[in-house]
Amino acid sequence: MARGSVAVTTERCKGCGFCVEFCPTKVLALSSAFNAKGYHAPYMEDPDKCSGCNLCGMYCPDFAIYGYRFPKETGEPAEGKQQ
Amino acid sequence: MSTTVDFPIHNPVEDILRMDRIPTIWCPGCGIGTSVNSFAYALLSTGIELKKVAIVSGIGCSGRVSGYTKMDSFHVTHGRAIPFATGLKLANPELTVVVYSGDGDLTSIGGNHLIHAARRNMDLLVVCVNNMIYAMTGGQAAATTPGAAISTTTPYGSFEPELNIAHLVDAAGASFVARWTVFHVKMLEKTMKEALSKKGFRFIEVLSPCPTLYGRRNNLADGLAAMKDYKERSKIRNGAPTHETALVQGGEIVVGKFVDRERPDYLTLMRQQLGANYHPLPPQPDENPEAGVAKEDCCSC
Amino acid sequence: MTHANPNSVLTGTHFMNGDAACCEGLLAAGARFAAGYPITPSTEVVERFAARTPKTGGLFIQMEDELAASIAIQGMVWAGEKSFTVTSGPGFSLMMEHIGYAAMTETPCVFVDVQRGGPSTGLPTLPAQGDMMQARFGSHGDYLTIALVPDSPQECFDLAVESMNLAERFRIPVMFMMDECVGHMTEKVVIPPAEQIPVYPRRRTTKKPGEYLPFAPGEDLVPEMAHAGEGHGLFVTGLTHDDRGYPLMNPAQQHKLVNRLFDKILRAADDLVMVEEEGMEDAEAVVICYGITSRVARRGIQLAREKGHKVGLMRLKCVWPFPEKLVHGLAGRMKAIVVPELNLGQVVLEVERCAAGQCRVIRLPHAGGTVHKPADIVAAIERGMA
Repeated sequence: MARGSVAVTTERCKGCGFCVEFCPTKVLALSSAFNAKGYHAPYMEDPDKCSGCNLCGMYCPDFAIYGYRFPKETGEPAEGKQQ
Repeated sequence: MSTTVDFPIHNPVEDILRMDRIPTIWCPGCGIGTSVNSFAYALLSTGIELKKVAIVSGIGCSGRVSGYTKMDSFHVTHGRAIPFATGLKLANPELTVVVYSGDGDLTSIGGNHLIHAARRNMDLLVVCVNNMIYAMTGGQAAATTPGAAISTTTPYGSFEPELNIAHLVDAAGASFVARWTVFHVKMLEKTMKEALSKKGFRFIEVLSPCPTLYGRRNNLADGLAAMKDYKERSKIRNGAPTHETALVQGGEIVVGKFVDRERPDYLTLMRQQLGANYHPLPPQPDENPEAGVAKEDCCSC
Repeated sequence: MTHANPNSVLTGTHFMNGDAACCEGLLAAGARFAAGYPITPSTEVVERFAARTPKTGGLFIQMEDELAASIAIQGMVWAGEKSFTVTSGPGFSLMMEHIGYAAMTETPCVFVDVQRGGPSTGLPTLPAQGDMMQARFGSHGDYLTIALVPDSPQECFDLAVESMNLAERFRIPVMFMMDECVGHMTEKVVIPPAEQIPVYPRRRTTKKPGEYLPFAPGEDLVPEMAHAGEGHGLFVTGLTHDDRGYPLMNPAQQHKLVNRLFDKILRAADDLVMVEEEGMEDAEAVVICYGITSRVARRGIQLAREKGHKVGLMRLKCVWPFPEKLVHGLAGRMKAIVVPELNLGQVVLEVERCAAGQCRVIRLPHAGGTVHKPADIVAAIERGMA
């Protein structure tokens, strides 16, 4: 069960792949879709594994992804915000 | 922004950024932005009032950091971030002054200022993003470019040995010297926090990939390849003597906190030495704070 | 206008040299902070400043070179203080980039240049006036500045105050162009009581963070200023920028910004005419001079008048912006204008331009190292009158 999720601001992404590579639980993958600048932004391939640790956010040079934890009571999985 | 969760999602890094200037000019796979994340979390965790923080940068890719941060930002001439920051700090010691700039800016054209600010133990935090190349101008060799590396001005490899900046600032007397790569985001954050809470000249070198202008010519095709290379080659050696921390191409990347010494900073020493001879003046007698712009009417003159 | 802080004014009659008087002038004008790098013949200014500052609450820092000194003072200004640096020829050359930075970022500050013989290391201990064009055009790109030139220790005090006031009024770097003779000459200097010394305060904004646009020009094209630490989130850059200070690098913004930097001074050019005239009532020729050269010119004029030549003196206290209209009008009434200067022809180029062929302009160049002989001035006047 996911303890957190990520919010991706797709249009800021430059597709470097740092978040995908360094996610400790291997949640992310680069999408095959392009953003307006032609980059492949990440998406949650395996959202259940997300702990919301925000290591992806720490690595993101473009401030395009942010990992957050769910409030304690609701263990509900949620989708990351897309823009 | 739309979201499907019912609680606010807010990336705290945005609290220190001018979001109206994002996206940045930095290339895909560049690590400068990553170092900014570590800096943002470190700064926010110290609780220092943001309006009392000033960021000074020189010229270059890393020199653009000041312009993306929300605090008072000064983007000065090439190499002169440290002397500008020195003036700023001396005239308003209340400020936390951070110099955020690149290796070419701080160690070549600004090398003299780096040495002397360390010698004076000026109360500044200097973050030097080292991408080992002059990136903004198109990939020319820098003082930090490892010997044999290919750049646009050293197409057959460099004939000069590289500068070990950590060793230099240590020798010049810096209070705090550390080095990390942008792979070490969490350690970098911790070190930055520690440095922000210390007085004196504090120097943090941050190795960062430049895929476009360094990596491409030196078998590190993209930012991710450089990050993996950092991961493989880095060795954490806190307290390592700085003369053992040279960055040789393909060799070990020694990272960690190398120096943390107590030494009075410039202003502390000045006040100690001058003692009772120092008389801070009251402000101008009748500077009218409401007037803002001086009017024609003269007082007694 | 406000007036000087009594704690930093040495009111009284003194016997001091021009360098010391310059230091006292800048202190009176409100400078508590300065940075510099030793260079003959200017160092006495900051030596005195370093000795005086503990009692006035500021400080002097000797930086590692002139590049550092000329940008450190700008850090001090953006922290809310008034500041200046002092140098001579070789150091002045090194400071050029930061004069441009101050012009671009509208940082009020004063650059004191105690001129010596050049080019290069030249004559470290001997006078010249060879930096006059550098004071106007030294930094790359287009900008305007103001240059004041004193001819006595008393004026080193008076015009130093004026330099700082003009820097604050226009938010520009002001060049204070002394020379070795004036700097090392010791004479009576009267420093008035603090309340008689007008001081132009920093043009601080009263707008709140969020409402304030750091580079939005006021009515006289000069923006109001805020400092680091006041919560405005300033962004100051030497890149072409918009009213927020954000880089905006396109031809339209370049045109707007650079023209404004010019116009804020050009609009006030008539206010900036600062000349001293002697014997102009009946004059048929005039010697236009500035700085130390004017003191020789006075003697030359006296000798020429004894020979029956009706000659006047016009001494420029403010060389930049050049008093174009004044010189143009003068040229229409004179037979000749003689321009002695301790260089091989700098300010005379402006005189020739403004005279526009209406009268003879006699160049009287001198490579520096000493001053003209009064007889040289007489001979030049006679050439003009012939």
